[in-house]
Amino acid sequence: MAIQVRERIRVEKKTAALAACAVSKAFRPTRVVPGGGMTVRAVDAVSLSVWRGEIYGLLGANGSGKSTLIRLFSTLLTPDEGTVSIFGLDIDRDELAVKRLINRVSVEASFFKKLSAMENLVYAGRLYGVPPDESRSKVVSILRRLGIEDARMKEPLEKLSRGMQQKVAIARAFLTTPMLLLLDEPTTGLDIRSKREVQTFVRDLRDEHDATILLTTHDLDEAARLADRIGILHHGRLVAEGTPEELAVQHGGGTLEDVFMTLTGRRLDDADATDAERPT
Amino acid sequence: MIANAGAQLGLAYAFVEREIALSKRYWAWEIVWLVYGIVTSLSVAYIGLAAPTIAGGSSDPAVVSRLVLYLLVGTITWRFLGLIFEQMAETIAWERWEGTIEYTFMAPVPRVTHLLGMCGATLVRALGFSVAILAAVALFVPVDLSHANVLAAIVLLLVGAVAFVGLAIASAVFPLLWTEKGLQMAYIVQAVVLLVSGVYYPTTILPGWMQILSFISPATYVIRGMRDALLDGADLAAVWPNLWPALLVGAISIPLGMRVFLWAERHAKRTGRLKRSG
Repeated sequence: MAIQVRERIRVEKKTAALAACAVSKAFRPTRVVPGGGMTVRAVDAVSLSVWRGEIYGLLGANGSGKSTLIRLFSTLLTPDEGTVSIFGLDIDRDELAVKRLINRVSVEASFFKKLSAMENLVYAGRLYGVPPDESRSKVVSILRRLGIEDARMKEPLEKLSRGMQQKVAIARAFLTTPMLLLLDEPTTGLDIRSKREVQTFVRDLRDEHDATILLTTHDLDEAARLADRIGILHHGRLVAEGTPEELAVQHGGGTLEDVFMTLTGRRLDDADATDAERPT
Repeated sequence: MIANAGAQLGLAYAFVEREIALSKRYWAWEIVWLVYGIVTSLSVAYIGLAAPTIAGGSSDPAVVSRLVLYLLVGTITWRFLGLIFEQMAETIAWERWEGTIEYTFMAPVPRVTHLLGMCGATLVRALGFSVAILAAVALFVPVDLSHANVLAAIVLLLVGAVAFVGLAIASAVFPLLWTEKGLQMAYIVQAVVLLVSGVYYPTTILPGWMQILSFISPATYVIRGMRDALLDGADLAAVWPNLWPALLVGAISIPLGMRVFLWAERHAKRTGRLKRSG
């Protein structure tokens, strides 16, 4: 089914790569704790569409529901309410076909740390039906482009820096040529240079490979630099959506920081500090 | 259909290849577990050799030899079955700890293929360990296999592996649902199976309520049948009374284990438990 969808998308111009309709997700406590253990509504009736070939930035403070939303879109969570479709396929009914079209990079680069980048990526490729020989040549090419030397590709990942591990995580997602790439704060914790390299790669990925990208970030500069459209998430709700220019016009002008402050009542840095404890 | 089966085999092999690569990287730990397995089996064999001294009397060497083989068959068969049982749960717990569990469950691999791949990797490891332990023990302790029916023993071992795969899949649900204590729960189940399955003694000496548990443990039949085949040379027809219950448990436990695992995955996705821990 995923192959048919890829074929259909090739001929269609304006396609919703991702369509979420009134999606909600709440987490309930597993046990009753005196004075605590309240149900947390992490995502609250969010509706959004990401068009094919678009980079959509989801901006929000820590605990605003960004990661929960990404986990819902990547089939790791099931919504309590609402529907999500990827290129017209329902993520619940057509789960396996959806999985063939997407990939995700999380804020933590999760790998078998004793295995090398090459071993991890060849394994990941196998899971997506990419033959090992094809994977190996693609891995070398992608990692070189991300600035990782050949010799380091065979070292255990635990010996690579956090920035390098994150680049390998991006390479893992790219290796499977996803139609929709879900990036959950891919540059958090990276130094400026690594951050710029990753941002350039993300943009190139869209331009050269017709990928659609949903990017979550709490970095205003990154959102403005990469995203064609931006959605602002606050306490699990999508409170605004548009291009950076549209957002500025609709919410009193100024910078993206000003727009965020107008909508949430706080600066993004302050909101991060205050909301850090809110589970998602 | 054949092409799809080939594709599924390729996907399943990914898990076997991954485990082999991990074993190479963690070679020091593999040696630790191998030495531990050899030492445990040897210790049990020496208990058998020392039985006349411990009991304070003399015994016919043939009786002692039979006792040693009786104990060795139990301990090595259990090592094989136990490894199958524990590795499935450990793999899920390990993936959770590494954070790769999200990527494994997000990959476009049917869950049945995923679980069969994990079982394949587990069988390769369990077989390698058991053969190495048997070879090492034979260097130290005289093992009389002159009456053994090897074919019947191999068939029993294969059937036992199939029966344990279902239990192992079901036990992997514990670390999937209980992030912190799931693996411990799986170990407790494994320990109870060890106690009631007659690994070191006939199940007839157990209290009545434990014998009920031994009745539903496939290890009971596999170990009893292995002893018949290796100590008394029982052929396939003679071990059939122990073979069919193990086959029956396998036929029930594999689809049941898969169903339980699929239910647990859906529950984990509903409650947000499918994520990194550690």
